[in-house]
Amino acid sequence: MDLNDLIALADRERADRAPVELGVCLAASCQYSGAEQICRSLSETVVAGGLAGRVRVRKVGCLRLCSEGPLVRAEGEGTPPVLYRKVTAEQAPAIARAAGGAPADGVATADLNAPFFSMQRSIVLENTGRVEPERIESAIAAGAYRSLSLALHEMSPEAVVDEITRSGLRGRGGAGYPTGLKWATVAKMPPGQKYVVCNADEGDPGAFMDRSVLESDPHRVIEGMAIAAFAVGADQGFIYVRGEYPLAIERLDTAIRQARRLGLIGSDIFESPFDFRVDLRIGAGAFVCGEETALLQSIEGRRGQPRPRPPYPAESGLWGCPTLINNVETFANVPAIIREGADWFAGIGTQGSKGTKVFALAGKVRNTGLVEVPMGMTLRAIVESIGGGPPEGSTIKAVQTGGPSGGCIPSDLFDTPVEYEALKALGSIMGSGGMIVMDQHDDMVALARYFMGFCMDESCGKCVPCRSGTVQLYRMLDRIERGVAAPEELERLEALCDMVKHASLCGLGQAAPNPVLSTLRFFRHEYEAKLIGKNGEGTHSPIAR
Amino acid sequence: MAVTTLRLNGAMISAREGQTILEAAREAGTRIPTLCHLDGVSPVGACRLCLVEVNGRLMPSCVTKAAEEMDVRTDTEQLREYRKMIVELLFAERNHVCSVCVADGHCELQNLAEELGVDHIRFDYLAPECGVDLSHDRYGQDDNRCILCTRCVRVCDEVEGAHTWDVAGRGARSRVITDLDRPWGESSTCTSCGKCVMACPTGALFHRGASVAENVHDRAMLRFLITAREEKRWTV
Ligand SMILES: Cc1cc2nc3c(=O)[nH]c(=O)nc-3n(C[C@H](O)[C@H](O)[C@H](O)COP(=O)(O)O)c2cc1C
Ligand code: SF4
Ligand code: SF4
Ligand code: FES
Repeated sequence: MDLNDLIALADRERADRAPVELGVCLAASCQYSGAEQICRSLSETVVAGGLAGRVRVRKVGCLRLCSEGPLVRAEGEGTPPVLYRKVTAEQAPAIARAAGGAPADGVATADLNAPFFSMQRSIVLENTGRVEPERIESAIAAGAYRSLSLALHEMSPEAVVDEITRSGLRGRGGAGYPTGLKWATVAKMPPGQKYVVCNADEGDPGAFMDRSVLESDPHRVIEGMAIAAFAVGADQGFIYVRGEYPLAIERLDTAIRQARRLGLIGSDIFESPFDFRVDLRIGAGAFVCGEETALLQSIEGRRGQPRPRPPYPAESGLWGCPTLINNVETFANVPAIIREGADWFAGIGTQGSKGTKVFALAGKVRNTGLVEVPMGMTLRAIVESIGGGPPEGSTIKAVQTGGPSGGCIPSDLFDTPVEYEALKALGSIMGSGGMIVMDQHDDMVALARYFMGFCMDESCGKCVPCRSGTVQLYRMLDRIERGVAAPEELERLEALCDMVKHASLCGLGQAAPNPVLSTLRFFRHEYEAKLIGKNGEGTHSPIAR
Repeated sequence: MAVTTLRLNGAMISAREGQTILEAAREAGTRIPTLCHLDGVSPVGACRLCLVEVNGRLMPSCVTKAAEEMDVRTDTEQLREYRKMIVELLFAERNHVCSVCVADGHCELQNLAEELGVDHIRFDYLAPECGVDLSHDRYGQDDNRCILCTRCVRVCDEVEGAHTWDVAGRGARSRVITDLDRPWGESSTCTSCGKCVMACPTGALFHRGASVAENVHDRAMLRFLITAREEKRWTV
């Protein structure tokens, strides 16, 4: 296949569009709430009602307002798009019949002009909910693999690395390492076997950004990896997906097969000398296998345990070869950067944080779901405008970012922009994109204990500070929460947090104290109120329990 | 061979290319506490006792190569406190009652506790119930004394070449196992060479039927075997 074939395929696909298209979200959360049946019912109505020439039903990916699913989007000539929410199978015929006219009666719709949609900015998710993840033709019609062709034919590997460097893209897997610098390091290693690995292990509780991208627009990630492979001189890629994402695995598998069939991955891609193969590796659900060195061990078939760095994977990764490892969302940014140019990307966001970030917004806000916002947007805008503020009777107290490695930011600091450095300065992290909003009923000590319990269960057991330290920290937090801890407990807690943070081998242990330290920083009174002898012996004394 | 110079606790020392900070410090006569490290097998950087401060950052000296411009501190207040806590965590983690242990008097954990001035434990004794495997006719394994240093795993794999030992489970539930978690005595890979017993820092692996005084981990023997293999040198 060459570029002309690709363009011809895209044209054919576009010409085949029906005047009205109904997109049914079949990403995991809508699928679990019955979207398959709705899809069937829509199709049946279209056929039975003789609408087949006018209306087409498409199986698309995430339409973002996940909490209101199943979602169906109707788009057609002459009428503004409509997003139906909480659709039932019984309502499906009405939706199909109404297609192209006024919205169906009696079916709830979402306001597409509401801040939840209008304040978002899509780069990573630009085709999410528009393309059919199981049909490569649909992705190609939306522009997939055009950037790869551009890179292969009109750019040198150095120029690609340079473009990514100038864009200011930073890793979306949590740490925010400059992506261009990482690519340059792998590219500069002596020629020979090199690998590109996509980290799709997404183990943070409450995070589902990467899953949505993989389920909704898998070709985007494959294209990003292929461009990266060209830039660094690799010919083999691996996507490491956690086993708990069966739908993502299935769609990736389909996507890889379809791309291979069209010659978009494999040998002599786009009739250039560039070869690139991609294989899937399925994780068994250990959080620590998201840590890059553990992930590589796991791909090699060994016990998924981190090892000390240096050497970094860029120097010595899979089977000792230079390996580029990036997150799903990082790769998903790449095609857009190559297409639109580094300057365009660098024009979005702030000084140190460019582009957009996808968050899985959850907790005590009216609208929960998948949101993509430009870097630099304030937490307030996300929580109050996009999230629609607290539900009835609730007062927002804090947001938690970064999951078990992150921290809590209190509501009086909500003017903080979403930026790597700004969040870090407050003792939290950007993280991979989990964002949990908490209200007055949420107990900060309980939250800290929950995350510590998570780290304790997920510790690989290799190094002592994390393996044993998290167990002791969990017990201390549990005692404080139950009101049976003496005042000295707080000092011991802080001292042990300090050691675990600085002495652990990998990021899991090093970041495990973060939820404790950050809640101690902003909500220390909640801890103190629970200590014995602080607030009168009464309510929290061990005897009372 | 290239040589680098670095600063160790204020003094300039030299190191051969490829040497770790730990090796360079030892040559310079500076002791750094270690536990998972065992000369002759690959380092894992797991116990974190050998952490040193390198240009203000903490790094495990057993896996960090010495390099030009390094300013290394091995004995700061912070490091002393961290090491103490790590040893305390190990004592609290399983069951280390020295007075009734086969390794009493020749245990590296016990020695370290003494060296670091650990006189009480600030953490909860967890004392989980761990098994004792006495199925092997010459050696015994008491999981209650294991500190998961994986020396046995590495010496068995890298020196003996049997790979009888490995780690199962994760986090605090990790355990060293023989074969696919079969009793040691039934292991089809174990050659009964005893290197794991020589390597074990605590009383977790021991000679059966030997008195406490006799249960010395013969590290000199291990050292001899490793030197012989690596350097084809049969005298120490
Ligand atoms: C305990 C732990 C879990 C991690 N889990 C993930 C994960 O699920 N997905 C991910 O992309 N990165 C994860 N990371 C970060 C990776 O180690 C690595 O930094 C990242 O994949 C690099 O990609 P990036 O530069 O594109 O962010 C984790 C790190 C740690 C310490
Ligand atoms: S910090 Fe925790 S997860 Fe990381 S190596 Fe140590 S024990 Fe394993
Ligand atoms: S049995 Fe001994 S050598 Fe093996 S891991 Fe346990 S303490 Fe270390
Ligand atoms: S001796 Fe270096 S970490 Fe154990």
